[in-house]
Amino acid sequence: MDSQPYRDADDVTMDDSITLKGIKQGLLVTIKPDGKWSDLTGRLMTLIDSQGDFFQGAQVTLALGPRDLRGHELSGIQTQLARRGVMLLAVLSDSERTISSTRKLGLQTALDTLIVEEAEPIVPEAPKPPPIDSEEHGTHGVLIKRTLRNGRTVHSDGHAVIIGDVNAGAVVVAHGDVIVWGRLRGTVHAGANGDEAAVVCALYLAPTQLRIAGYITISPEDRRRKPRPEKAMIRNGRIEAVAWE
Amino acid sequence: MSARIVTITSGKGGVGKTTATANLAVSLASLGKKVICIDADIGLRNLDVVMGLENRIVYDLVDVIEGRCNLRQAMVKDRRIPDLYLLPAAQTRDKTAVSPDDMITLTDGLRPDYEYILIDSPAGIEWGFRNALAPADEVVVVTNPEVAAVRDADRIIGLIEADERRLPASLIINRVKPDMVRQGDMLSVDDVIDILSVRLLGVIPEDEYILIASNKGVPITLDHQNSPASTAFRNIARRLTGEQVPLINLDSRGGILRRLARIFGASKAAP
Repeated sequence: MDSQPYRDADDVTMDDSITLKGIKQGLLVTIKPDGKWSDLTGRLMTLIDSQGDFFQGAQVTLALGPRDLRGHELSGIQTQLARRGVMLLAVLSDSERTISSTRKLGLQTALDTLIVEEAEPIVPEAPKPPPIDSEEHGTHGVLIKRTLRNGRTVHSDGHAVIIGDVNAGAVVVAHGDVIVWGRLRGTVHAGANGDEAAVVCALYLAPTQLRIAGYITISPEDRRRKPRPEKAMIRNGRIEAVAWE
Repeated sequence: MSARIVTITSGKGGVGKTTATANLAVSLASLGKKVICIDADIGLRNLDVVMGLENRIVYDLVDVIEGRCNLRQAMVKDRRIPDLYLLPAAQTRDKTAVSPDDMITLTDGLRPDYEYILIDSPAGIEWGFRNALAPADEVVVVTNPEVAAVRDADRIIGLIEADERRLPASLIINRVKPDMVRQGDMLSVDDVIDILSVRLLGVIPEDEYILIASNKGVPITLDHQNSPASTAFRNIARRLTGEQVPLINLDSRGGILRRLARIFGASKAAP
């Protein structure tokens, strides 16, 4: 087991579950097929965050081996990468399910076409305008169209949108953002696997407890002022709520 | 005849499920309906006590389920009012003596002979609650205007909503004190409805005579028919039968000064 965090400039390793390699098309991230997906993606994001601007504008290819991933799990990591200015280019996998999820997201499932390009002699090429992609690639989430009562829970690998109230005693946990089109009185955790850019929005923000990534806060005791839509986010090292406009 | 089965539940204990069951049963029977109430609180029965029928129990619900007697033998008829019956709970057993399927079989046997079957659910969300819910056609949730009771009512309504049968649920808010609400010391009916967003079946004002009536074993709707709580229970019974009955304005006792103050838009300064 290699305990050193860096092997050489092109081959960065946290432990042996995630390996980064420089390739022609950018970066090849190999994630071992065992271990919990959310833990591993969390670790990858931590690694990216710890490298400052190094990953800005990078193109990443994921090599996942036989791991089965559903569409929302892939779109989840795509979103998290996009937030860090990293573009997900392709997903290499031996799993039928993962390959199909990858196709659904419009991502490449192999690098061979690119490798061919790589092998071609470098001819000074006329810059081709990139094809126009009119499709807006959204991110994945769950939508709940009812009031979440005491004792009900929602867990999402992407975002969570609740059209209705979140009553005291209800719990919403999402890796992405949490949007409540109603009154939020329960407990909510956005960016639950460490995404500090996640936000929590509600028409009336009065949660029992609000967490974003590793931050935690409670509602102010006295809320005399008129309810207004608010957005909570991490700012200046703590959770702050501002008008949601 | 095919009875409508109404389960009365609350989550939290002590909010007035049993009192509500007894008084709704009496009120429905007074409207000429044929009613039986079932105490589903096996091991902690007290509907019989509140109804004053304790000393006439011979067999109970578990005896029926385990085949020691037939349904008719276990039923206790209330002699004060026609067509009101009680099926008591067993006191010496626990909730596991009965299963949800047993409750369905039992009530299927009663349905043809009654118009209303009221089931008094035990507190909590465990086995006994599930037994009480299993045969229900509709659920009445009883709560008090206090935060803990409303929390539990919310949990119960959530469980009912998550049930695939999509049972209709409605709410009784019990023990409301208009004076305290006015002072801002008690949740108002609006506050409770705001949180629970469920159909309001009725509001029962706090009435010390309810306690006296329970202790005597004479439901307030039998003995003290003109009290505000009696009227409220009777109105709820009528709403259960589908009649449109407006809510009583509990605040009307505020008097002329308060009403004047309201007209001049200074309700907060009212005495």
